Amino acid sequence: MTHTNNAADEAVQDISPGWLREGLVAAAPIALGYFPLGMAMGVLGQKAGLSAGMVALMSLLVYAGSAQFIAVAMLGTGAGPGAIILTTFVVNFRHLLMSFALSVPLRGARRGFLSLFSYGITDETFAVNMTRFRQDGWDRRRALVVNEGSHLAWVGATTCGAWAGAFIPAGAFGIDYALVAMFLCLLVFQLQGRLYVLTALATAILSVVLYLFVPGNAYVVLASVGGATIGFLLQKRKNRTRRVS
Amino acid sequence: MSLVDYLLLVAGMGAVTYIPRWLPLFALAQRRLPQGLVDWLRLIPVAILSALVAPALLTDSATRTLSFGKPEFWVAIPTLFFAWRSRSLAGTVIFGMFLFWLAGKF
Repeated sequence: MTHTNNAADEAVQDISPGWLREGLVAAAPIALGYFPLGMAMGVLGQKAGLSAGMVALMSLLVYAGSAQFIAVAMLGTGAGPGAIILTTFVVNFRHLLMSFALSVPLRGARRGFLSLFSYGITDETFAVNMTRFRQDGWDRRRALVVNEGSHLAWVGATTCGAWAGAFIPAGAFGIDYALVAMFLCLLVFQLQGRLYVLTALATAILSVVLYLFVPGNAYVVLASVGGATIGFLLQKRKNRTRRVS
Repeated sequence: MSLVDYLLLVAGMGAVTYIPRWLPLFALAQRRLPQGLVDWLRLIPVAILSALVAPALLTDSATRTLSFGKPEFWVAIPTLFFAWRSRSLAGTVIFGMFLFWLAGKF
């Protein structure tokens, strides 16, 4: 991938048609997975004493699955706002790494755009967009539609859950597996050679071990940084031996 | 909890979530990163995906212990194969859901 002709890229991107439809199509699997998850979150929110409007507001302002689950659970046990905000920060800190990685394909974008775009960075939108950016025909506007469309689905699903209860019974249609299947598929798409397979395996082992021994969800960031570093060092060593021989 | 307290709470939660999402992108997207860093960042998506999904397949989230042979794990094997052969995201999601639903029947 070259980053030399960004200005030209942008000009081409701006007139590429079909961005709204293609962005929404790319967001569809995310929305499907958000539905059971969001409804469950809404139901828990309602049980913790929140109205549908309050749940919608949280989903609009925070937009983070696991952090919202934890927040409503803490609200239910009478935790103070300071503790809830601190926990939210810790749980969502992993997005820092995703934002960092997105700075490569989004290089040269305007700061206003970046500020809007970063609002919608989640595990799911990150995974979909990073995979798409590797392929031809993906651009900033389509990526932004993925973020905004997914956010809208999240707000809709959580509000529905708080307002009407979960009208999709738990486990129905295997819908609880939607996000896992999506992550598995995007993982396969990322495996573009031996180096990537080795990185994935190293990270998987690290992640499981850290998950068992480190409380909270620090395992995501620690395992990702560790696994990517192992892959990076392997590649460097291979390049060096190749140069020597 | 009053409405004002709640508004302050979600505003605070929103701010601490937004800042880590925004800061690296905002600070780094304008500049050219060293090639070594770009090479490292290229491995971050595959690493994050692997880090997110591996514990979901191999551990019990309630007790946080190893758990081999969960339906999530067994379904993952044909799902990975299907993704590899079909190269279709939507198809893989439907296929995985169907197998997981099927696994729940037994």
